[in-house]
Amino acid sequence: MLWNTLLLALRSIRRNLMRSCLTILGIVIGVAAVITMVTLGNGATKSVADQISSMGSNLLMVLPGQRFGPGAVPGAPFRIADVDAVRHQITAARAVAPVVSKSATAVYQANNWATAVTGSSNEYFEAGNWEIASGRNFTEVEERSGKAVCVIGETVREKLFGRQNPVGSQIRIKQFSCEVIGLLRAKGQASMGQDQDDTVVMPLRTVQRRIAGNQDIGRMTISVKEGASIDTVKDQLSRLLRERRNIGDNEDDDFRVMDTRQIAEALTSTTKILTMLLGAVAAVSLLVGGIGIMNIMLVSVTERTREIGIRLAIGALEREVLLQFLIEAVVLSSLGGLVGIALATAASISLAGLMDIPYLFDLGINLLSFLFSAAIGVIFGYFPARRAAGLNPIDALRHE
Amino acid sequence: MSDAALIRMSGITKTYGSGNVAFQALRGIDLAIEAGDFVAIMGPSGSGKSTVMNILGCLDTPTSGSYEFEGIRVEQLTRNGRALLRRNYLGFVFQGFNLLARTTALENVELPLIYRGQPTAHRHAAARAALRQVGLEDWEHHTPGELSGGQQQRVAIARAIVTRPHVLLADEPTGNLDTRSSQDIMDLIQTLNHELGITVLMVTHEPDMAEYARRVIRFVDGRVESDRRNDGEGV
Ligand SMILES: Nc1ncnc2c1ncn2[C@@H]1O[C@H](COP(=O)(O)OP(=O)(O)O)[C@@H](O)[C@H]1O
Ligand SMILES: [Mg+2]
Repeated sequence: MLWNTLLLALRSIRRNLMRSCLTILGIVIGVAAVITMVTLGNGATKSVADQISSMGSNLLMVLPGQRFGPGAVPGAPFRIADVDAVRHQITAARAVAPVVSKSATAVYQANNWATAVTGSSNEYFEAGNWEIASGRNFTEVEERSGKAVCVIGETVREKLFGRQNPVGSQIRIKQFSCEVIGLLRAKGQASMGQDQDDTVVMPLRTVQRRIAGNQDIGRMTISVKEGASIDTVKDQLSRLLRERRNIGDNEDDDFRVMDTRQIAEALTSTTKILTMLLGAVAAVSLLVGGIGIMNIMLVSVTERTREIGIRLAIGALEREVLLQFLIEAVVLSSLGGLVGIALATAASISLAGLMDIPYLFDLGINLLSFLFSAAIGVIFGYFPARRAAGLNPIDALRHE
Repeated sequence: MSDAALIRMSGITKTYGSGNVAFQALRGIDLAIEAGDFVAIMGPSGSGKSTVMNILGCLDTPTSGSYEFEGIRVEQLTRNGRALLRRNYLGFVFQGFNLLARTTALENVELPLIYRGQPTAHRHAAARAALRQVGLEDWEHHTPGELSGGQQQRVAIARAIVTRPHVLLADEPTGNLDTRSSQDIMDLIQTLNHELGITVLMVTHEPDMAEYARRVIRFVDGRVESDRRNDGEGV
């Protein structure tokens, strides 16, 4: 009986090719959209997390203000005295780098390139695991007097100098010219379109004086000595900064100390929200696909009811008719689900390539979308049939 | 009429709706039909001809009364039991053909055999033979949309007889056809009755068509008004 019913179901699918294709299409679009969105979102999250964990686990970032990202509570920026105090009093700190970041355009001859200029000290290279590929880092005199020198990242070199060695050349930033004294070894890792090698590093004083025009320090990057407890250092930092910023016992911090894990969480939470949002939008399209299927099924219900009447009249059992319709619905929606998964996989892989994020196969979302699409197909394909198959054959035949 | 009647109805009534809108379409039908007979059911529109045919064909159930088919008490059967009765003993031809749309003549004719679970080879052979019997051997791959009304009705007849039913029930089989096709169809039905011995019950309101039958039953207002044998054809 199963074999014969399968034959009938397949014949019916072939016979109603248009209806079958529209049903499949509705499911394909919904499933593909959901899976692609979630897969890309996961890839983006993973990419951010990877980049941060590549910074090492012994890194701390100190920021003024509470909360990171949207809804931040402002706090006064740090001063160089804060940095010195941390250097002297936190003995477990290996490198303490003050950081001021500004965007600016770097010009060399006819080439110009918009990049991020960071003002810091040699400790920035140490904390961030940067290596000097050629040239040198800052001298003490350059740092102290705020000389116009810079160390550039691989991307900046490529954009301004091509394959040429940049060391010793003068580039222009804002209104001053600046000698390139070193080139950083490429990290080659990008995240969410942010290229780490797209950077120009200058002494802190130089950036404060010539670009920012104030004494503010945007944040501190601190690397902790091997074997030292990150949590202890965080506590010490917190106490020191509360004291220096005159925060009363019952007041909240107006700064934040984050370790790598927290930085990762803060950054990935954004992409996670984005993933959920995109997933939700895509889920709507799955739903719309479902409504489309329902529409097609309901439109064809008159014809199908009469068909059921014919089948019953020539001796089909109710359960045979139902089984046929169930098989039809399952075949169509599974086919739609499978094509959707294939399409989503192809789209995710190529889009992930374009966006420079990893492709992560997510079994859960694939299964979920597939089951959901199958359920839609079965509900809208099977239940109308169930009503019709329960009628007297003559009533089904007369259905208008 | 002997006890060996193929079909025996007694006191069959059928009421549509209930309460104020209840309408009694059959008001107590007693009927016995013998195997091999060719019976025409006539009567004015609304007199209950289709209603009684549907009950005879187990497509519908009576409100009361008893119906025996080859000794089987039909009113005691379940839904599935009635379906199996249709499958194994009955063939139906409707005024509106009721073929599956976009489905070839061959597949339409095969359909009852699929439900009987017959193997493919046998199914094809039997369906082709039935199409040949109705003169459509060259049309097996045409869909109903590509066939004339007369041809569609012949496909429907082929579908009805492919299972070698004991009874062929036809409700105004020529109602939608022109005179020429009607005569072809009636000749065909008569041949089936004569040569295969299939019992034929046919509703018609055209006296010309009733001429083909051996027995004519007239319905009026849900009752049998007259029941006579055609001259020269009588038993
Ligand atoms: N499904 C139905 N619901 C209500 N009334 C019906 C239904 N089918 C038939 N009738 C009524 O029953 C009567 C007999 O109908 P029918 O058997 O179709 O007559 P006919 O002799 O023309 O074939 C008619 O008056 C018709 O209106
Ligand atoms: Mg009628």
